[in-house]
Amino acid sequence: MVEAKCEGSSLRKRVILRCQVLVSIEGFFVSLEQPTAAATPLPGSSGRRLRRGAGTALSFAVTLFLTFIGLLAITFFIGRVIPIDPVLAVVGDRATQAVYDAAKAEMGLDQPLPAQFLNYVGKVLTGDLGRSVSTGRPVIEDLSRFFPATFEMATLGILIGVALGVPLGVTAAARQGSWLDQAIRVVGLLGYSVPAFWLGLVGLAVFYARLRWVGGPGRLDIFYDGLVSPVTGMILIDSLLAGETDIFLNAVTHLVLPASVLGFFSLAYIARMTRSFMLDQLSQEFVTTARVKGVPERVVIWRHAFNPIRVPLITVIGLSYAGLLEGSVMIETVFSWPGIGNYLTTALLNADMNAVLGSTLVIGAVFIVINKVSDVLYRLLDPRAR
Amino acid sequence: MSARDWLLADSPASRWQASAGRAYRVAAALMRNPLSVLGGAIILVLLLTALLAPWIAPYSATGQNLSARLLPPSAAHWMGTDELGRDIFSRVIWGSQITLTIVLLVALISAPLGLLVGAVSGYFGGWADRALMGITDIFLSLPKLILALAFVAALGPGINNAIIAIAITSWPAYARIARAETLTIRNAEYIQAVRLAGGGPIRVIVQHILPLCTSSMIIRVTLDMAGVILTAAGLGFIGLGAQPPLPEWGAMISRGRTFILDQWWVATMPGFAIIIVSLGFCFLGDGLRDVLDPKSEGRS
Repeated sequence: MVEAKCEGSSLRKRVILRCQVLVSIEGFFVSLEQPTAAATPLPGSSGRRLRRGAGTALSFAVTLFLTFIGLLAITFFIGRVIPIDPVLAVVGDRATQAVYDAAKAEMGLDQPLPAQFLNYVGKVLTGDLGRSVSTGRPVIEDLSRFFPATFEMATLGILIGVALGVPLGVTAAARQGSWLDQAIRVVGLLGYSVPAFWLGLVGLAVFYARLRWVGGPGRLDIFYDGLVSPVTGMILIDSLLAGETDIFLNAVTHLVLPASVLGFFSLAYIARMTRSFMLDQLSQEFVTTARVKGVPERVVIWRHAFNPIRVPLITVIGLSYAGLLEGSVMIETVFSWPGIGNYLTTALLNADMNAVLGSTLVIGAVFIVINKVSDVLYRLLDPRAR
Repeated sequence: MSARDWLLADSPASRWQASAGRAYRVAAALMRNPLSVLGGAIILVLLLTALLAPWIAPYSATGQNLSARLLPPSAAHWMGTDELGRDIFSRVIWGSQITLTIVLLVALISAPLGLLVGAVSGYFGGWADRALMGITDIFLSLPKLILALAFVAALGPGINNAIIAIAITSWPAYARIARAETLTIRNAEYIQAVRLAGGGPIRVIVQHILPLCTSSMIIRVTLDMAGVILTAAGLGFIGLGAQPPLPEWGAMISRGRTFILDQWWVATMPGFAIIIVSLGFCFLGDGLRDVLDPKSEGRS
């Protein structure tokens, strides 16, 4: 039983964690339902439920902690395997042995690796990610300046993805086999096979260069740049706070294309998952019963079939959001968007390892938190899993 | 007795006949699904293009012709020319070799690695299982692309390092699958029989467990190939994958970025190649899943 339960959760992780891959949804539901149905406590066992809740919270904290340590270990490892000697990079290659040794001791590189790792973890926990070679500022400062732009773009992207993806997925499932269903399937597959950066470039060529519908690269036109003092760092909010409608509208024209490109990818994934969740529900007997009773088809679809899938959809949306943060790395380069992805790619090309590892840590941490939180939300919200 | 009867025989006389018969049934089922036929055809064309590139490509991939710079698509240059006068069509053709190499090597590194980790983990259970799956889960909950980028940054840009980085980030999914499959079969009677006959853990895993994991592994690897191609192209686009003058599709798009507003074909043409090949793998993977894992037919 315990074994089967573990397998259920791992299957679910496997299904949803990796946004790119479509794994058998059937297996997902079967594995989920069987163990939980059998393990559901009898009514009236609220004490056991509470204890289980505490257990869930504890195991959540432990896995979250371990995953962070894993992320730190990986970035630490990467920082150590770089072929460039970090000491030489600081003192220069003409330094005497004494200077070299002194610098090495000062950087803590003469200590054994476990001590170095602890040192590193301590530094990261206090927010010290080192200094970026290319900007000359502490990495953490750079990241907090660049992060809002990415956040703004990804958030608009997920809004587009949810607003279009869920209705499309539901419609496709309701009319399974129709041309609309086929079209949505193709869109879903395109989401897995179109390079994001390519779509961004084509979008720029068509909607900016040819049609002039949207603003070009960057967050604002050049003559609006720097007019609004950053408060939240998100240009849409800042410009509204300052009461600058012109700047707000200009920012919207710049934001809409990159956000739509991101939105397309989350739309493809969300629509595909919604469709398969819906198909699963529509084949259930209670749906047939509702239809036999003469419930209008619209109500059958949007209430009877849609209500149960809201919980798994939350997970899907959360994971898709995490995926967008990652996808923005490619998009930001194309749109010269001053976000964390752009910062990362610039740092990569300049071999600015502190900045690279710092951005990896921050993106990785956000990714992990969204992943784990949506996993826990699933467990908390799904009545069968309680 | 016709070849078909021999293949579909109810009681095959040899192991070889049985596996040939199974391959025939899978192929026949695949042929009934138009999309998987299309996917298979695309992959076949990719293979042929990569093998026959020297004979198909009308021009050299790296030969420059500065008098024919940035020409739009025409009868002489089907996809136009780039900023050094190189024929884009020829470069896309040669680029298929690079894409195929990346895809094959990533599959050859990560699938066996994942299989082994998963099978060992599932077969032995206990601490080995907890430790291995802990590591797998950590890798699974990290962003793949960012991790691959960081690895390439550390190892240095280049196509080999890109392949290593992608392989490092893609084995955990396979380990999960292999573990799940192993758990379902590890207590089967035939495994007990092998153990009774004195088969050690290595023999049991390699000869009796791994072969049963292959079909779900093939499905998953095929479906993942689109993602691998996109990641490799992304690394090339950022400048960390294949280096110029190699005709890698992502790197070609990156070069065309500068001209996207006026000479759109330089960046868009390699993109179509990426999309078509990725779609091919998706179609084939979907079809394979429907055939080999009939539970999920028509679902997603």
